[in-house]
Amino acid sequence: MRVNFTVNGRPQEADDVWEGESLLYVLRERLGLPGSKNACEQGECGSCTVRLDGVPVCSCLVAAGQAEGREVVTVEGLADYARQRSWGAAPGAPLDSPSGEGTDSLTGEGAELAPIQQAFIDAGAVQCGFCTPGLLVAADEMLEHNPDPSDADIREALSGNLCRCTGYEKIMDAVRLAAARQSEGV
Amino acid sequence: MDFLRPASWEEALAAKAAHPTAVPIAGGTDVMVEINFDHRRPDHLLDLGRVAELGEWEVGEESVRLGASVPYSRIMEHLRAELPGLALASHTVASPQIRNRGGVGGNLGTASPAGDAHPALLAAGAEVEAVSVRGTRLIPIDDFYTGVKRNALAPDELIRAVHVQKADGPQQYSKVGTRNAMVIAVCAFGLALHPETRTVRTGIGSAAPTPIRARIAEEFLNSALEEGGFWDNGKIVTPSVAKQFADLCAAACNPIDDVRGTASYRRHAVGVMARRTLTWTWESYRGARHTTEGAA
Repeated sequence: MRVNFTVNGRPQEADDVWEGESLLYVLRERLGLPGSKNACEQGECGSCTVRLDGVPVCSCLVAAGQAEGREVVTVEGLADYARQRSWGAAPGAPLDSPSGEGTDSLTGEGAELAPIQQAFIDAGAVQCGFCTPGLLVAADEMLEHNPDPSDADIREALSGNLCRCTGYEKIMDAVRLAAARQSEGV
Repeated sequence: MDFLRPASWEEALAAKAAHPTAVPIAGGTDVMVEINFDHRRPDHLLDLGRVAELGEWEVGEESVRLGASVPYSRIMEHLRAELPGLALASHTVASPQIRNRGGVGGNLGTASPAGDAHPALLAAGAEVEAVSVRGTRLIPIDDFYTGVKRNALAPDELIRAVHVQKADGPQQYSKVGTRNAMVIAVCAFGLALHPETRTVRTGIGSAAPTPIRARIAEEFLNSALEEGGFWDNGKIVTPSVAKQFADLCAAACNPIDDVRGTASYRRHAVGVMARRTLTWTWESYRGARHTTEGAA
């Protein structure tokens, strides 16, 4: 079957999609967006987390056909999404931004990093990196509606994302750092 | 495999009538796991995602008509006052990502004894609105679970909503697992005080082939509370009564040994949760009585 939906602000069409295929598979294997990771395939690990109409979900548990006509943001589009948000644009608005030459809103190549991405680097919250895309999407969404999270808020918001390297402390540091920078920026 | 995408509830019912073996998919948090792992290859997937009314709820006089696909995260956020037991149970479901997709209709459709919503629905009192092209029927929650992962739905029926009694007193929910997130219940317990009828209802998860109520324990507690005048005098529940209630709840279980826990552990834990949830709810009932009396 054919599935039409919007990914990182751009209309996309996937053909010959098998009816039982997941949104994650379509993103990775048909649209060339391997940022969302495939690990547990049962919603346990959160490494495939994307925004579906703004809501964080495990893309491995969304049937591709269910994404028809909907808006998806992956980690590749996170920087543009965050930039758009800081300009006060309506979430979900097209991301054809004046983000400069040589950038690609779909794959994120050439774009500046989102604040949460920079904070993960600065805090040393990335080790093997496999869990990182899902954590970034989940953490960014939390900071969108909770700019001053407590440690308990952060732990709860990230409770669906497993990391086997860091022990989570550096990830906590990174989210605290992003929150602090966000509040300073205002 | 065919992917059916009804645009309305009527179309969904017609599709289910035409293809009774079609597997409904809403949040996908159960169905997609089975497909990803090749445990299930249905002829038809019936996507309910475009049927908007399944994601809505109405608060009535007596009950809340909760659309089958209302995500757990919305129940937590919007229905805490009306359905406190179910809101607490919703908060124990998996993770934020899963709670954003999964809803009570899927829990009922799957009818796993470990489904987190079941004990809260049993304790509050609920009816499942099952609909087909033949018509609508309300199935009492006590008659809904018929076996391990089996329910009372006919092959052509879909769950439109669940009608949950609005809380008329304190409710609690407790769940045992190895951590606070991403846990399938080792066992779970829901308890609701119903001061208007002076009754207590329970729900037990993961400790029998189906979710169950501890009916003998409820009857014992109802009599003990009535005889002691507890609903009026607001005294603390006598420890011996609480212990007997807990023992009877444990005795109501019919658990198995599995990777998550042993049968004897489950029985023990259900007893502990029964005593604790009774204490928590009763303390809150006594507190509310004092407030009301003070204001009068």
